[in-house]
Amino acid sequence: MTTMNDRLVIAGREFQSRLWVGTGKYKDFAETKKAIDASGADVVTVAVRRVNITDRTKENLLDYLDPKKYIILPNTAGCYTVEDAVRYARLARAAGVSDLVKLEVLGDEKTLFPDTAGLIEAAKILIKEGFIVLPYTNDDPIVAKKLVDIGCPAVMPLAAPIGSGLGIRNPYNLKIIMETVKVPIIVDAGVGTASDAALAMEYGADAVLMNTAIAGAQDPIAMAEAMKYAVWAGRLAYKAGRIPRKLYATASSPIEGML
Amino acid sequence: MNIHVNGESRGTGEGQTVAGLLRELDIRTDRVAVELNLEILDRNDFETRGLRDGDRVEILSFIGGGGY
Repeated sequence: MTTMNDRLVIAGREFQSRLWVGTGKYKDFAETKKAIDASGADVVTVAVRRVNITDRTKENLLDYLDPKKYIILPNTAGCYTVEDAVRYARLARAAGVSDLVKLEVLGDEKTLFPDTAGLIEAAKILIKEGFIVLPYTNDDPIVAKKLVDIGCPAVMPLAAPIGSGLGIRNPYNLKIIMETVKVPIIVDAGVGTASDAALAMEYGADAVLMNTAIAGAQDPIAMAEAMKYAVWAGRLAYKAGRIPRKLYATASSPIEGML
Repeated sequence: MNIHVNGESRGTGEGQTVAGLLRELDIRTDRVAVELNLEILDRNDFETRGLRDGDRVEILSFIGGGGY
């Protein structure tokens, strides 16, 4: 099995890469582009904000990220209410070219944990309007199941708080989510370094989405490349099937033939 | 007449359209969403949709961001 013929499919769309990346916190658009290219990601998530009308010299992100080459995944980052999240999703659709949205309804400024009740409500509204809703959710298997039941074609549980770099705080919950829902699972937020991404994939995640772990690294472009290999390695290890953990040693060399 | 664009007060000519305003601001129409008095407009209506005194226009586009 190679990574080349192991494609991720969500709502009938095929994705080349199992590493998805955010576009925030980079020094400039040139660095953003270089990091994304080094990561090999074909899905890039973007936020929706007011255009700067007083300083038109500011460049546009899409001048660097050709929507024909990358799948632009707008998000509702920064929305704390159902109304705001729905409004931003609609604006994103009006500004873009697709019905895809990474839906965030945040509950609290300190943790940026999802408001899962609001998330489900907003998802219902948007799904009814034809959106393909990819919900940023907690590592709660019951909420994940509810999101799938109302029509989300994938779920995006967090590994840890956004930007925290803590890695996977609750691997057992993530494993339960992977067992209980039959849609792709994209681990979103909280990854700190390559091993976190590899671990998420080894657990059986279908993809990993990250931003700060790459953009905030001392060398973002090198970290982007590290993440590409980590996600590949984790995916291959998951497909290969790891050996069981045992308390005691098992020799790898035969006894037979010894003096 | 006076309108509000992205929260700022601004004068523009009588009979100005949404597309005309975007041209005036040097903004490409293919990468933005426009909300006029809380109504999200279809891009195909930019040319024909006229603005009136006191209108509130929001012009948004994609920026760098992952999660908030």
